[in-house]
Amino acid sequence: MSMFEFLVGTFYLGAATLFVVGLHKMRAPSTARQGNLISAGGMAIAVLTTIVFALVDFGGNVIGWGALVFGAAVGASYGVIRARTVKMTAIPQLVSVFNAVGGGAAAAVAFADFVANLSRASLDLTVSIPIVLDVLIGSITFSGSLIAAGKLQGIISGKPLTFPGARVLNVIVALIAVGAGVLLLIMPPNLLILLVIMVASLVFGVLMVLPIGGADAPVIVSLLNAFTGLAVAMAGFAIDNQALIIAGALVGAAGTILTLQMAKAMNRSVGAIILGGFGTGDTATAGGAAAADLTNVRELTADDVAIQLAYAQHVIIAPGYGLAAAQAQHEVAELAKLLTDHGIDVKYAIHPVAGRMPGHMNVLLAEANVPYEQMLQLDEANAAFGNCDVALIVGANDVCNPDARKPGNAVSGMPILDVDHAKSVVVLKRSMRPGYAGITNPLFTDPKTGMFFADAKKGLADITTAVKEYVTA
Amino acid sequence: MIDTLFGNLAIFILSLLVGVEVISKIPSTLHTPMMSAANAIHGVVIAGAIVIASVASSPAAYVLTFIAAVLAAANVFGGYVVTDRMLQMFTRPHPAPTAAPAPPATGEEVAS
Repeated sequence: MSMFEFLVGTFYLGAATLFVVGLHKMRAPSTARQGNLISAGGMAIAVLTTIVFALVDFGGNVIGWGALVFGAAVGASYGVIRARTVKMTAIPQLVSVFNAVGGGAAAAVAFADFVANLSRASLDLTVSIPIVLDVLIGSITFSGSLIAAGKLQGIISGKPLTFPGARVLNVIVALIAVGAGVLLLIMPPNLLILLVIMVASLVFGVLMVLPIGGADAPVIVSLLNAFTGLAVAMAGFAIDNQALIIAGALVGAAGTILTLQMAKAMNRSVGAIILGGFGTGDTATAGGAAAADLTNVRELTADDVAIQLAYAQHVIIAPGYGLAAAQAQHEVAELAKLLTDHGIDVKYAIHPVAGRMPGHMNVLLAEANVPYEQMLQLDEANAAFGNCDVALIVGANDVCNPDARKPGNAVSGMPILDVDHAKSVVVLKRSMRPGYAGITNPLFTDPKTGMFFADAKKGLADITTAVKEYVTA
Repeated sequence: MIDTLFGNLAIFILSLLVGVEVISKIPSTLHTPMMSAANAIHGVVIAGAIVIASVASSPAAYVLTFIAAVLAAANVFGGYVVTDRMLQMFTRPHPAPTAAPAPPATGEEVAS
């Protein structure tokens, strides 16, 4: 190792350290932003170091550097414009798009490295294996994440799309990709084989995500995020670059943990998610239990809800997917502020998978100026429900189904919000339609529960108007 | 060659362990920004784009360099900017009691 290589390696280690410190600072909302900036600093060091290293070690020519600079300018403009204009409700699909381009970039790097080595008689396995894995994983991530983003955005139907023989086709495509991969390792460098791997992997990515329902897309986004991390690490192995290896491993770990936590919160096994695809989607369960009888349901008006809230001391709001879908975060924040200004203690109980991806609800509420101190995580919230006068559920269902504590049903064992421990419960929901798990919720027929049937946005606005009558009178 | 591979493999495994350790301490409140931040970090693949740009000497390599640069730059710049935009909302102080609820945020308020 020359002195120059030692210096380059040292700077890469510095960059990697800043990535870790940056992620470490994301443990608390107050330091998280600083953490992201530290991580960006690490990125700047990694990029500058690589530029110097590439110029000194390889030199290159004007066309190559020109292609890089022009391409980077185009990509950066697109990224910054999208990042600055995206609506907070659309964050999950944007994350998925950025994930897709990362995977695509990793595949392109490995592809280019292969092209540069085409003239050789044979490739060392320490180079060819990472190249194959990188093109494989990177291409799957690229096409799969774009399909997932399309589903989240609603461009592609959120219904599970499947056709006769889809499973068989899936297996065939996977076999082609893997078979071509093995062939590439044992044959002299051949561009055609790598192209076959790439195309088969792209098709596999599409086939993998198409059968997944829109409500489940976030799990797959998280999983593909882990994949991208691995693809980037593989690119690092291929071109012997430690910054890529370390950063890729960090992201791989992040994506994996999030996928596991999400699967747990949704009461699914990761194995079933990866192997089986999701058989059910957000529409598949609508039929059966939809006609739940309303005989034992106590129906409330906006005025009834307002009276309860205005005379309560401790109120906990449990927002769910329905609130995110109706984009009612500003309405709920306005109601909460009205109550808070009137001296009522208001907190939000946030289930780990509330919203459209883990932690998405917190972002939506933060956008509506809700201070993060008011957002309780699952454990904190469950400790607080016992002392709560009114629990207001907005557009959530399965995440507060008390049947989760009993064995033998679709939500058994799932971590839930103990909303039923509150003295009184109000559920704001459009209908009695069951949630994602497709089962009835005994909370809705509990004597202390009142149902207020309305769209989240309009319902909250009506309650706010009604509360104003009581608190100003 | 095999020495390099072993060194890189060791780095990879240890980084995975560090990642697991650091990430599992992040509260669910911040999971969306964390995922977005991790997303931005894998934009480091732009370093790979730089290396292939410097060794490119054929039309195919130039095209691949261009593609890699577009994708990686979108990843890294977009990823950091959108994460910052989310996190600055978390650090924003509670508004004055008179303030009306803000309209859906647009890009203008971003200072990054």
